Amino acid sequence: MTTAMSSSLRSITRRTFLRVSSAAAGGLFVSLHLDWPASAQQTPKLQAYPPDAFVHVRPDGKIVIQVNRLEFGQGVQTALPMLLADEMDADWSQVVAELAPAADVYRDPLYGIQLVGGSGSVAHSFHQYRQLGAQTRAMLVAAAAAQWKIEPSQCHTQASVVYGPSGQSAKYAELAAAAAHLPVPENIPFKNDSDLRLAGKKVRRLDSRAKCDGSQKFGLDLDLPGMKVALVAHPPVFGAKVKSFDEKAARAIPGVQDVFEIPLVKGTGVAVVADRFWTAKQACDRLRAEWDATSVEHPDTAQLFAKYRELAGTTGNVAVSRGDMNAIHSIPDANRVVAEYEFPYLAHTPMEPLNTTIRFDGDGAEVWAGSQLQTVDRIAVAETLGLKPEQVTFHTEMAGGGFGRRATPDSHVQREAATIAKRLRGTPVKLVWTREDDVQGGYYRPMHVHRVEIGIGADGMPATWRHVVVGQSILAGTFFAAMGVQNGVDSTAVEGTADTHYAIPNFHVSAHHPAINVPVLWWRSVGHTHNAFVVETLIDELATRAKADPIAYRLKLLSPGAKKLRACLALLQENTAWHNSVPRNHAVGVACHESFETGLACAVEVSIENKRPRIHRATIAVDPGFAVNPLTIESQMQGGVSFGITQLMPKGAITLKDGRVEQRNWDGYTPPYIKDAPVTVDVHIVPSAEKPSGCGEPPAPVISPAIVNALSQLTGKRYRRLPLTEI
Amino acid sequence: MQTFKLIVNGEQREVSADPSTPLLWVLREDLKMTGTKYGCGIASCGACTVHLGGVPTRSCVVPVLLVGSRPIITIEAISNDPVGRVVQDAWVSEDVVQCGYCQSGQIMSAVALLKAMPKPTDKDIEDSMGGNLCRCGTYVRIRQAIKTAARQLG
Repeated sequence: MTTAMSSSLRSITRRTFLRVSSAAAGGLFVSLHLDWPASAQQTPKLQAYPPDAFVHVRPDGKIVIQVNRLEFGQGVQTALPMLLADEMDADWSQVVAELAPAADVYRDPLYGIQLVGGSGSVAHSFHQYRQLGAQTRAMLVAAAAAQWKIEPSQCHTQASVVYGPSGQSAKYAELAAAAAHLPVPENIPFKNDSDLRLAGKKVRRLDSRAKCDGSQKFGLDLDLPGMKVALVAHPPVFGAKVKSFDEKAARAIPGVQDVFEIPLVKGTGVAVVADRFWTAKQACDRLRAEWDATSVEHPDTAQLFAKYRELAGTTGNVAVSRGDMNAIHSIPDANRVVAEYEFPYLAHTPMEPLNTTIRFDGDGAEVWAGSQLQTVDRIAVAETLGLKPEQVTFHTEMAGGGFGRRATPDSHVQREAATIAKRLRGTPVKLVWTREDDVQGGYYRPMHVHRVEIGIGADGMPATWRHVVVGQSILAGTFFAAMGVQNGVDSTAVEGTADTHYAIPNFHVSAHHPAINVPVLWWRSVGHTHNAFVVETLIDELATRAKADPIAYRLKLLSPGAKKLRACLALLQENTAWHNSVPRNHAVGVACHESFETGLACAVEVSIENKRPRIHRATIAVDPGFAVNPLTIESQMQGGVSFGITQLMPKGAITLKDGRVEQRNWDGYTPPYIKDAPVTVDVHIVPSAEKPSGCGEPPAPVISPAIVNALSQLTGKRYRRLPLTEI
Repeated sequence: MQTFKLIVNGEQREVSADPSTPLLWVLREDLKMTGTKYGCGIASCGACTVHLGGVPTRSCVVPVLLVGSRPIITIEAISNDPVGRVVQDAWVSEDVVQCGYCQSGQIMSAVALLKAMPKPTDKDIEDSMGGNLCRCGTYVRIRQAIKTAARQLG
């Protein structure tokens, strides 16, 4: 999900109402129902699903809160319950958070579908979860007041207990049944910020212990009675079709249940179903499939870069044009910078390999998946199985990372799993994508070429900036295209450049989107990782030419409206006294970037060890608006910069030769390990009472330009081609 | 298929498996102990780390045939180990985990490190933890947690 899309969706209005009920299980259930206007129905049409509760006040005192998001590391399973529990005055030690299944009520209040994307989970559900908490509390208080024959205003609450003025007290659990018969109150005011007990405080994650003792179940850990494991042999060239395969050899392995050709989103594959993973793997290895790849394009990295470079020399579809583009002609050659950048395809490779389990029963199906896009995946499964979405029960499984990879508009993994489950009717089947499938299977951050021509004014600041971006469109051909592609420009390709906060009087950005036979996808922060790299390394180069301090130069160039970036740069400056005491042969690099409405500035101390950048320290200043859980924000910043370093790793590239991906696993495509990440990362949060903005994606773009800016000081070279194979 | 007698977390377990089956899959699918994770299958990420005969080992590349009588300790039982318990507690108090998928392996490697080197330096930590991949990038907090655990054990 992109910054541009999130703002265009702001206009969607909605009506919400609450419903309460008691149930056989006892206690109070509070459900939120959303009533969508017709204008919100640009997304796939949704069928009603039996609504489920957001809050369950159980008779045993547990407060069970449903999280309308996938948890895959970002901490939303703690942050949203914090907001609800705070307004509800629930006893935090009794709060249990669960990942909600796919259902209408759990749609993102702004996007209109159930998803994790655009770093919007806390930002979009901030009001929603506070409101649920406030209303639930009001009902429990009303129940107590009625019992004590006093006014609700005479009561106060703390840690799941209502207190009356004369020493009365009642636990929420005792009041739940009575509260379930009360009307839902409207317009309950939220707490004053000074009364918040959880929100704004450093609160440890709810899922820590289970993730430290092996008891946390992820999608891949699912085990159902009679379950089979399926692997799929995918074509070596995207979209190729199976010509032949040795079914007999595969079936000869004891435990193999079925071997058959299946259609894929593009091309075909061979599915192997067995009693366990290792059996399926061995059978898959013995298929010796032959493929017909004659009718599909064979992309080749070297050829693609040549083609992209050629395109970059011409103006593309215009994303933004301000001022006079001929102004560069009045600037002497010596004051011009012409820079061409290359970025390769990048795979996400989340730690938990992709998987989905489905049992098809003829008139219904059950799905277990760590999905970032439940609404869409559920519809895809239903379509594949010839069912209606409401006939598909879709469980959200804890996921081991994702970074965008579990949000595929074409639902290709779920479609494969459903195709296999359909044939094995009645049997639960777990489809596993091996790491090799993941590395070679596409859905990469697109490769890009950027070409930038800058004319520097007499004051040392950029007077003209002409920027051409070349890369595949992520959104074209998906249902997000209507929102994110305008004038032939995919907003995700130019985000971070087209909407830069640097005030450059003559500014022109255009884009070419060649169609290439490689599936592409958003990769944590989407277009920002390559755009921020280009902009922030060039700004640094200009600052160096102007012999200016990199922070002061940026502050001078930023528009007055860039409040968050200004606040971050100021806070960064306050916290980087260590700049002055770095050892010889170390250098400090700076970068700043705003994405998903969150401002971020970063300084890194770098040296060169064994011909690689060694990152001794990073200081980050971040402005995410109101910091719901500063501890999670700190973690996201620390982890996000490490993720961003992926694009600097010497083997941080997916390349293709004659249509085939050249890397197979993490030995060929190698993300950062502990020694590649900063040794320390200190995080400083700009104090703010503004509405929260996202924290998952914004740290990823800013780190690699900061590192490279430091390297440039050490070597005198500029780095415009990633990955960094040579320093 | 062959029958193997394994000593897992102090208990004798009997499994029937193809001899080439990696220990990882025997643990996960035959013994239903899913705390040990599959990440790559080629010993590149460390998510499958167990202690085999006391040595941190990538169980994804050890065929069950080669395990023999060496005792196996997995994440499920590491809290029974005094160092293991302290490391787990440090992981929780430092709020290390994010997605958490690699953390079983990280903890198994960290426990082995602290058993061998009670006061590890940053370099010791990098050397011992150098093969454990974390895509969420929790490395900074992993370092902190190891140092916290070392202090508590010392």
